[in-house]
Amino acid sequence: MNVSLTVNGKAVSAEVEPRTLLVEFLRDELGLTGTHVGCDTGQCGACTVHLDGRAVKACSVLVGQADGAEVLTIEGLAGEDGSLHPMQAAFHEQHGLQCGFCTPGMVMAAIDLVRSYPGASDTTIRAQLEGNLCRCTGYENIVRAVRTGAANMEAQ
Amino acid sequence: MATAETGIGKAAKRKEDRRFLTGEGRYTDDIDLPGQVYACFLRSPHAHARINRIDTGPAREAPGVVAVYTGDDLAADGVGGIPCGWQITDVDGQPMKEPAHPALAQGKVRYVGDQVAVVIAESYHQAKDAAERIDVDYDILDAVVSPAEALEEGRPQVHDEAPGNQCYVWELGDGDAVDDAFNRAAHVTRLDLVNQRLAPNAIEPRAAVASYSRGEDQYTLYTTSQNPHVTRLLMSAFVLNLPEHKVRVVAPDVGGGFGSKIFHYAEEAVLTWASRKVGRPIKWTAERVESFMSDAHGRDHVTHAELAMDDSGKFLGMRVNTKANLGAYLSTFAPSVPTILYGTLLAGQYTTPAIHCRVTGVFTNTAPVDAYRGAGRPEATYVVERLVSAAAREMGMDQAEIRRRNFIPRDAFPYQTPVALTYDVGDYDATLTEAMRMADVDGFEARRKEAQARGKYRGIGYSTYIEACGLAPSNIAGALGARAGLFEAGEVRLHPTGKVTVFTGSHSHGQGHETTFAQIVASRLGVPYEDVDVVHGDTDRIAFGMGTYGSRSLAVGGSAIMKALDKVIDKGRKIAAHMLEAAEQDIEYDDGTYRVAGTDKEISMGEIAFSAYVPHNYPLEQLEPGLDENAFYDPTNFTYPAGSHICEVEVDPDTGKVEVVNFTAVDDFGNVINPMIVEGQVHGGLAQGIGQALLEQCIYDPDSGQLVTGTYMDYIMPRADDLPSFRVGTQNTPCTHNPLGVKGCGEAGTIGSPPAVIDAIIDALSPLGVRHLDMPATPVRVWQAIQDAQGSRAA
Ligand code: FES
Ligand code: FES
Repeated sequence: MNVSLTVNGKAVSAEVEPRTLLVEFLRDELGLTGTHVGCDTGQCGACTVHLDGRAVKACSVLVGQADGAEVLTIEGLAGEDGSLHPMQAAFHEQHGLQCGFCTPGMVMAAIDLVRSYPGASDTTIRAQLEGNLCRCTGYENIVRAVRTGAANMEAQ
Repeated sequence: MATAETGIGKAAKRKEDRRFLTGEGRYTDDIDLPGQVYACFLRSPHAHARINRIDTGPAREAPGVVAVYTGDDLAADGVGGIPCGWQITDVDGQPMKEPAHPALAQGKVRYVGDQVAVVIAESYHQAKDAAERIDVDYDILDAVVSPAEALEEGRPQVHDEAPGNQCYVWELGDGDAVDDAFNRAAHVTRLDLVNQRLAPNAIEPRAAVASYSRGEDQYTLYTTSQNPHVTRLLMSAFVLNLPEHKVRVVAPDVGGGFGSKIFHYAEEAVLTWASRKVGRPIKWTAERVESFMSDAHGRDHVTHAELAMDDSGKFLGMRVNTKANLGAYLSTFAPSVPTILYGTLLAGQYTTPAIHCRVTGVFTNTAPVDAYRGAGRPEATYVVERLVSAAAREMGMDQAEIRRRNFIPRDAFPYQTPVALTYDVGDYDATLTEAMRMADVDGFEARRKEAQARGKYRGIGYSTYIEACGLAPSNIAGALGARAGLFEAGEVRLHPTGKVTVFTGSHSHGQGHETTFAQIVASRLGVPYEDVDVVHGDTDRIAFGMGTYGSRSLAVGGSAIMKALDKVIDKGRKIAAHMLEAAEQDIEYDDGTYRVAGTDKEISMGEIAFSAYVPHNYPLEQLEPGLDENAFYDPTNFTYPAGSHICEVEVDPDTGKVEVVNFTAVDDFGNVINPMIVEGQVHGGLAQGIGQALLEQCIYDPDSGQLVTGTYMDYIMPRADDLPSFRVGTQNTPCTHNPLGVKGCGEAGTIGSPPAVIDAIIDALSPLGVRHLDMPATPVRVWQAIQDAQGSRAA
């Protein structure tokens, strides 16, 4: 089947097998390897991207379901000049990442979280990050980063 | 320069972050090589079975299939088994039983997930589809999964070479002295403890990409490893019989390890071997369910432990008897974990004069068990601290008081324990005092009452732990059975322009070496932090390395870099003496500048570097050009990080749900290079320790040997809303025997926290009569413990 979608602002179209997952399409077809795969049951969140502005797990979406949609991945976040998105900057500032494997998914989930829950408390942040596993950080600094990122995004 | 933001002791922001935050990290599965094909491993669906026949015919004909191999193909090519890197000597002086560990099964499968065959195809989907068409004729055998049962008479035998499923019986300590102590005791505390099996669960699954270049007769293996040189050595010398210099192993960005990526795994060897057979690069990436089945697991001990005391609560002796599950085969460091890294830690922070420990290593039909964050030391800490807390309750003593009464005093170091180790330095009273202050222990009773008013039971638990890190003096390790050295290598290369590349045999998979090591080098050489890059993880770029585990990177790897820096600075002094026309002994070095003592004649490190590569005005008769030094560092002792963890929980008696409401950790890590990174390491360790205490557990069905917990739906990982916000602090006494005075911080959280959590729950529920709980303290288990305690009270 043929799919056409916009990925990080660029139009792409390709011939794909119907069983192709969005994450496979991004990684294998487009070489956007910033989106990671950490499980096969939709539970780690490492593959989180934005589909029409909302965070989704790209391992749980067929690329066909994204036909005609806008997809934003971690590679599309920073500015043209290389300046980090406020949420990326906050993760750096607060040491919200260690091995970096969960990080792209965390950052994408965090941006959606901040938009959906402006002024979120730590409890809300923790509850809303429930779909993203991190084995390295103990989440403490991720929570701090999301708080800082929220403030940074608001300031922008 | 050593600046306000990036000098030693400063929370420099991490150099490595940018690539991870922008999706530019390069993990093994991100690597595609031209012409690459994909591997899928067919794994045993049975815990224990004889293989009568494997029919690969239909799989070979499936679409896209390039090759299918089984154990017979490996044997025909003389491929060896997966080696074990540590040999334990049995109490009777015999070497441990060491059955063969074939890379692909030979005649038998011994756990669910054991590799049976590999299919290589044009796409992963094709390889996986074809693997399902391999027809294996199995005779299913009875399986045994628990270490206690495996030792019983008449149980299934995992290996013919290991009768009774016993790999070794190992002892440490003076049994007679312990018997004597127990005879004199006023009180004895006894506990039966289970330290459950855990799956390490780095979020990046294991993966490998192997290729072979016919033109250069050169193999390259990209793999998710914490120690690529060790993998190269084990694989080339013991499995594939390849010349080591013809094998390059690269561990690029690695998405967490926690021990599970130390070991040399069969998939790495099979892929490397097959890449030559098929003449194309091959990629394999584990699915999560494969990770659960085939990554080496951790813990899995069953222990009976006893502590003897006098009537003042002073410890007289300790006796520990442990059955340790080693799984179906011996993984790389497996034999050492429940022995050398466990029995030697049983003194904890205390002056217990007599300790005896007996460990039986047991084969079962389960995945191999090996080092998982802390490795042996969490198991030891759990035994010691559970005993101490139970003893305090039984004796009616305060938890802090019983500990203080038995602490090794600050002025008693170096301190020789009865279980082989010599602690160099520490101040256990100071960490406990600070932890109690930070945890506001004084306010606890008020908080307990307030919780009670809300119908919740609140409790407080302590753990004052010790660990032996910075593995390890090679000669001591060798005497204890290590088949490798445990030094580290480092190289500091100044370029002509004064920029610096540092090569380290340590490997970062989240620990931030690119930052911490750069801070050290920039400070010592007086060059900007931005001008220092750290390279790790590639056997072609780094001379040698033993890798990262056992909180050893800074204590051992960092020390190797310090030694290389000393050589650079010494050579620079000679160059400076020549250029400044002074005697070498008159040259002072400080912060990147050589100066003739008592004068204003000086020259910078940058100028020295330039002159070393453009040696026009240079002492060529005495000195080689260039400024590039390497060093190996072999420690003279372990390091002994220690600390006090205090946990407060609230338990809902109706549901059994436990909430960790406060967690305080005050640790002694020696000198700290980057406090931000150290805190992050502690946070992550605490999450894993609390995860063990409350949530995590690998379960095998006792009858079928099936792995019940093979997904994130069944194996409960700590998520953000399961954990509290942590209070962490340090109270440091510098290590006395390495040049940085550092001890290591990577495992402390995981080692110290589980007993603090469990004892907090027991403390909370002690008014209800609960005296004991095993991990994980799930709601069902806690609720049941309450019912049982109430029932036995009513009875
Ligand atoms: S890869 Fe784990 S949720 Fe998508
Ligand atoms: S940073 Fe390693 S999994 Fe989150």
